[in-house]
Parts: sequence; structure tokens; C-alpha cells
Amino acid sequence: MANYVAARLVQLLFVLIGVSVVVFVSMHLLPGDVAQLLLGDHATNEQLHRLREQLGLDQPVWVQYARFMREALHGDIGISIQTNRPALTDVVTAFPVTLQLALASLLLASMFGVPVGVLAAMRHGSHLDTVVMTLTLFGVSMPIFWLGLMLLVLFAAGLGWLPVGGLMPIGLDPPHITGMSVIDSLLSGNATMIAASLRHMLLPSVTLASVPLALITRITRAEVMSAATADHVRTARAKGVADGRVILRHILRNAAIPIVTVIGLQLGLLLSGAVLTETIYSLPGLGRLMVDSILSRDYPVVQAGALFIAVVFVLVNLAVDILYAALDPRISRA
Amino acid sequence: MSATVASSPGVVRRALHGTGARFGLAIAVVFLALTLFAPLLAPYDPYEQDLSNSLSPPSAQHWFGADQYGRDTLSRILYGTRTALLAIVMADGLALLLGGSLGLLAGYLGGRVDALIMRIVDVLLAFPYLLLALIIVAVLGPSLTNSVIAIGIIYTPQYARLMRGQVLTVQTADFVVAARAIGAGRVRVMLRHVLPNSFTPVLVLATLQSGAVVVETAGLSFLGLGAQPPSPDWGALLAEGHGYFLTAWWVATFPGLAIFLVVVGFNLLGDALRDQYDPRLRAR
Repeated sequence: MANYVAARLVQLLFVLIGVSVVVFVSMHLLPGDVAQLLLGDHATNEQLHRLREQLGLDQPVWVQYARFMREALHGDIGISIQTNRPALTDVVTAFPVTLQLALASLLLASMFGVPVGVLAAMRHGSHLDTVVMTLTLFGVSMPIFWLGLMLLVLFAAGLGWLPVGGLMPIGLDPPHITGMSVIDSLLSGNATMIAASLRHMLLPSVTLASVPLALITRITRAEVMSAATADHVRTARAKGVADGRVILRHILRNAAIPIVTVIGLQLGLLLSGAVLTETIYSLPGLGRLMVDSILSRDYPVVQAGALFIAVVFVLVNLAVDILYAALDPRISRA
Repeated sequence: MSATVASSPGVVRRALHGTGARFGLAIAVVFLALTLFAPLLAPYDPYEQDLSNSLSPPSAQHWFGADQYGRDTLSRILYGTRTALLAIVMADGLALLLGGSLGLLAGYLGGRVDALIMRIVDVLLAFPYLLLALIIVAVLGPSLTNSVIAIGIIYTPQYARLMRGQVLTVQTADFVVAARAIGAGRVRVMLRHVLPNSFTPVLVLATLQSGAVVVETAGLSFLGLGAQPPSPDWGALLAEGHGYFLTAWWVATFPGLAIFLVVVGFNLLGDALRDQYDPRLRAR
């Protein structure tokens, strides 16, 4: 196990270096001159020259990369052109919004996906199974930005039950502790605030949950179906073990590892895939920050956001892999 | 010899046996027909503005209503099939070309070339795909072409891995060994013997990806990073609808429905083909 983790950590180091090279190189391929971009069209030649020197743009590329890495490791990935704050600060401020959305969606998707998948597998071939499988096909095929808009049309514009967007109603701000509106509201102990934060999170998390819900349901169904045909399950049934106990102790326990892995791997995708949901519901998350920065050509923020998301994604997936190996000893020995 | 090198017509015929697959094929055929006949079928010019009709709801004149400039939504959706098809062909084609070549080289040449190519592929896979698309569009600038290039690049690693695996299997086959034995050159063996026999699963992957390509192109357009107004791209239509969802539900509803149907069709078709090529997955 220790060897496996060590090997994965070495691999991680190479992947992270690769990721930093991709981000660095792509920002170097940008059309136009970075100094010109930062100073605007009215800059004099002398100002441009001084800034280029200051940014190290007159140095060879590998020197620039070394400098970029040195600064990045100290948390310095440039200053936002829009806000004049360190780019990483903007990114870290936006992250809790995305994290809260991703976690809420994953919770919803697992809460419904696993039981429904088990049910469909146990009634394999029934009408219920067909309905569930059709719904999962719809789930993976529905563009989430359309689903989000349709939910808004129905529940916000039509019925008026839920808010049209944002994290909290205007004028109602929870204390800023974690940056996650629901957690901060809970910590404040204010019932009005808790209800408002939950109402605002409902549609976005349902929207973002649609694809992982479909995938978790499908994988649960498939794994339960294959675990249910194992010899030990037949033996348990032959011994007269009750149905519920067979499902919980003999089938689910064996199906659990791949299901947990799929759930874990979804987290990384949700963190990066939240951008469309954030756009529809006007949530000030990391994805929205990235798109706004691309549109306003605020490249330091794009660079900081890209590095941050990629590193989080790689770390989350590594954690899932290690967990998987810990649960299933065959992996680390392979 | 594995089933993956089986002749393709028989496999395709078997794959199209199920109801789902036929339904998927029907949708794909209708979609292709619409791209061809959009000018004949569309009741209005998709770009023609008529401000007296601004945001008019669905009616006998405008079945799917009109947008803020009074343009007919149905006509815009019909012309939008062309952008969607273009995206599928270009993005899938680019991924197939780049990924296929990289995989072929890695698998066939092996050694250092293989190691280098596969490490690059690993790094690309380390990025969440949407983030990679955003970085590429940031570098190239927002436009339909660039968003399609971005999507082509993010799918490249999958094609590279699949092609490499296929080549590794195929090149141990007797006919490849025989071709080498009679003195065929490296390039000839690679292009004439290994490539054609490694290709079918790659085409299955391309079908399977088509639905995702449509969603992702539309997604980038929705974010303002893909097709730009006044293009009747489905994602751009949805973005316009986003601005009016409180008062004019039809502007966003119908383009989204079009994307949904096309994606369902391609997913059904792709699933059926995959089940035939990879029997291990059939139970799922």
C-alpha cells in the first residue's frame, strides 16, 4: 500500500509539472504582447520596455517558466487586470461558491442514484427498470444549461416558488466564515437566513446533479446486477437469508467499491463543470469567474483559475484512487 | 483475434436490431435531412428581423414563436442544425485525426515515442475537459471555429488511447507478421495493414461522442465563447433565451429541445454500436 501511494505521488508530481507547463505555454501563445495588454494602447515605448523587463519577458522562455513556477509556489500568479487584487485571491474567494454547489449536487445525486439503481437492478427487466433506464438516458443527454433554464421557467417565472438566481436575497447576508452561503447561514443560527440560502441552492444543485445522478444510477444498477449473480449470493439465498439482508450484506458490500469510486470521480468533474450552472443562476463561483476573465481578457485570473482547478481536480482524483486501493487490496498489488 | 477486428457491416447490422438503436438512427437521419433541406423547410429567413413581431408567442404564423428581434425561432433552429453538424464533423474529425495519428505512432513505433506521446496524453487527461476547452478558447479567442478546435483537442487523448490499444492488438495478428515477413516497409505495414484494421472501434467512439460534441459546442456558445450573434447556433439561441425566460419561455425552450433530441438520438445509436463492439459492456 505504501509503495502504491508513493508511486502515485511521484506520478502526481509529473502530472502537476505537465499541467503547469500547459498553462504557462498557453498563456505564452496568446495573441499580442502581454505588456501592451496590461498597459493599454496609450502606453509609451519606454513604459512597455520597463514592464517587459519587470515581468521578465525579455528573458529566455525557460527562465520565464522557472520564475513563473517559483512565484506560483509562493502563491503569486499575477495581479488581476480587472480588480487589481492578486489573481489567486479572486480565485480563492470564488471557490467556496463552486465547492458548495458541487457538494450539494453530489449529495443529491448519491442520495437518489444509489437506491434507485439498486431498485432497478433488483427488478431487472421490469417496467420500473425500463422507466429508470430511459430517465438516465434523458439525464445524460439533457444539456444542463437547458435543464436549468426550464427549471427557472417553471419554478421561478411560472409558479414563483423559487428565486431566479443569486446566493442570497438582496440585503440578507450571512456572516462570512466559510464563504459557503448555506454553511454560513447555519452557523449564524438565523432561521430566515437558513431557509433563504437553501431555497437559493435548490434549483442550481438539482440542475448540476442531473448528469451524475444518471451515471450513479446506471453504475449502481450494473454493479448490483453483476454482484447479484455471484456464487456467494446464491449460497446465502439457498441458506434462507432474508432478501433485505442479502442485498445489504452480500450484494451492496461487493458493489460498493466501484460505486464509491464513480461518486468520488464525479466531484472533480462537478467542480470544473459548474460553470454553466453558475451562469444560469448568476452564482459568483469559480467557473463564472473564469469565463468572465476570458471575455474581459484578464489573463492572470484565467491562469490562476486554470492552475487552481487543475490542481484540485488532480488531488481529488488521487484521493479517490488511494481510497479505492485501500478498500480493494487487489489494486495496490497489481 | 478479438471481436474488435470483426468485419463492420455485420456488426453494424446487428447493432441496429434493437428499438432504441432504430429510434436513434431515425433521429440521426431526420437531423441529417434537416441540415440538407433547411432552406426549403424554414418558413422564414433566419436572419430577417421584424420588430413588430418581437417576442411574439407561438402561433400559426410562428410555430415556435419569435425572438427579441422578431426572427422566427423555428427557422433559426432549422438553420442551427447546420452549425451542429459542422461542429460534429469538425471536432470529431480533428480529434480522430490528431488522436488517431498519435495513437497509431505510439502503438506502432513503441519505445520512447510511445512513452513521450502517452505522457502528453496523461497530462491532457489530468485537466477537467471543460477547463481545457476554456483555456484553449482563452488562447485562440471566442468564435465558433475556435470552440470547435477546443472540443476537438479535448477529445484527442481518448482517440489516442483507443487507437494505441487497437494497434497493439492488431500488429501481433498473423497477417501483419506475414506482411512484414514478405518484406513490406514500416510505413506500408502501418498504413495498409494496421490502420484499416484498427479503425472500426475508433469510428464507434466518434458516433458515441457526437452527442457530447453537440452539447459542448452549444455550451461554449451559451457562455459567449463559441458562435457569436447573429449566428443561429443552438447554444447562442439558448443564451438569447436566457435573457427573456421570465416573459418569453419559448425562446429558450425549443432550441434546447432540439439539442436534447439530437443528443438522445446519437447516444442511443452510440450505445448500440458500443454494445456490439464491446460485449463486456452489454450488461450495462
